[in-house]
Amino acid sequence: MSQAQLSNLLLNGLWDTLYMTVPSTLLAYLIGMPLGILFVVTSEGHILPKPRLNAGLGVVINFLRSIPFIILLAMLIPVTRIVMGSGIGTRSLIFPLFISAFPFVARMVEGSLNEVDRGVVEAAESMGSSTWQIIFKVMLPEALPSLINGAAIVTVTILGYTAMASAAGGGGLGSIAITKGLNVRKMDVMYAASITLVALVQIITISGNRANKKLDHRKR
Amino acid sequence: MTQQPLIAITELSKVYNTGDDEVVALDCISLNVYKGEIYGVIGMSGAGKSTLIRCINRLDKPTSGCILYRGRDIITMEKKELQRLRRKVSMIFQQFNLLMQRTVAENVRYPLEIVGIKRAEANQRVEELLGIVGLEDKANAYPAQLSGGQRQRVAIARALASDPEVLLSDEATSALDPMTTQSILSLLKDINRRLGITIILITHEMAVIRQICDRVTILDGGEIAEEGTVDEVFMHTKSEAGRRLFGAAPQTPDDEPSGPAIRLVFDGSSVDRPIIAGIVKELGIMINILSADMKQIGGKTYGQMLIRSPQSEESKRALQVYLDGEKIPYKEVNIK
Repeated sequence: MSQAQLSNLLLNGLWDTLYMTVPSTLLAYLIGMPLGILFVVTSEGHILPKPRLNAGLGVVINFLRSIPFIILLAMLIPVTRIVMGSGIGTRSLIFPLFISAFPFVARMVEGSLNEVDRGVVEAAESMGSSTWQIIFKVMLPEALPSLINGAAIVTVTILGYTAMASAAGGGGLGSIAITKGLNVRKMDVMYAASITLVALVQIITISGNRANKKLDHRKR
Repeated sequence: MTQQPLIAITELSKVYNTGDDEVVALDCISLNVYKGEIYGVIGMSGAGKSTLIRCINRLDKPTSGCILYRGRDIITMEKKELQRLRRKVSMIFQQFNLLMQRTVAENVRYPLEIVGIKRAEANQRVEELLGIVGLEDKANAYPAQLSGGQRQRVAIARALASDPEVLLSDEATSALDPMTTQSILSLLKDINRRLGITIILITHEMAVIRQICDRVTILDGGEIAEEGTVDEVFMHTKSEAGRRLFGAAPQTPDDEPSGPAIRLVFDGSSVDRPIIAGIVKELGIMINILSADMKQIGGKTYGQMLIRSPQSEESKRALQVYLDGEKIPYKEVNIK
């Protein structure tokens, strides 16, 4: 394989990887973020205690979180076919990726919001804030640096899941490393694809850390 | 005081359920707070004072009883009405509880933002408020860059932003060093006098009560041990809890002296003079000091001293005449 062919292959792979990762991450946040917020505010002693709803949410989130992605991927194929029009392929993978990621997002958001000092939330209550104001003007802005860190971790995790895409006929860098590298003994292709994937992970992690540092005013 | 109380608390109780156990935090508390006063609640930790003050803006919900604010029951208020009340009854905390991702100015602007006051108008008000607490130059700093005293000043400015009638102070000086405590207390007193804001403060430090409060309640085990003006309670302490707090009757171990003693009270009205030296020199009575808890505030002496009663009746009488002449209140006590 020529240099040009290889870089073309990698570029396509990179595109496919991003094509799967970005929409599924965004969708996962669209659902997972409100769930995480709801999970925190309905917990005991918080601003909107609802013990039953909270317990229910906990069970659902934990259940979905405990299914390994590769199993979930297989289990979901019939549903994916209905939702995405096809059970397999790069585009169709967005759905199972999203399903596996949103409970993870909910957990990450929960963790970040729980880091916000209860005293600060209490102070906001004592000033006559509404529930919405406490969520949007206090909890989310106070947790922002941690939420960004969480988003980097979530993205990297989903990126990792996309490497299993080949199991459901999807593309991307992981798929290239396995099907066009490892399986046909083209080690250079496998390493090149893997290194590109690693570089992508590094870029996301480092950007997350930088943004966290820049946005966090808790340290002098 | 015949006027209507601003806050009337009647038979307030709070019971916490911790599994099988029931913990009574407040047991049938009744008290009135009047407009314009600084009302202190003092007690050891666990006495229920924090629960009491948190019931007033309903951060804690009492089990029974009633709290009237200008005749309206706080306990039964709906959410919206409670939010309006909380803007009139604001609060400061021991740990300041500032928004760490907002600047000083943005913190003070928060209460104005949530009621939808226009940005320009709010900014002007923020500037005024920072002026009141003396932090104009820190408007763009983040709380993490400030000292404890400065953070509490920001919290006070923020609490004043909603133009409250009452300020609840939950151990606001307990995390501060003595010097900073003094400056925060003067600020609170200033706010009370200049802006006419009623202050209810809780503390475990007698000095705080002595320095700025008009009236005081001593809480002990969730009950009111005694209540009255600060002078009254301080000089004629009736309750065991009060004596413990004032350090007037020290816990005497077995090997310590017991028997008749005289308690001298320094309430700040006597000028700073060497009283003990005077007794020794002028009366020729050898004084044995058993315990003392004294403090100099603004050139005046506050505190109590316990001295051994002179043996002879004659000396005792001479001492009484001397103390009367110096206008030092005293009381004969028997320590066990």
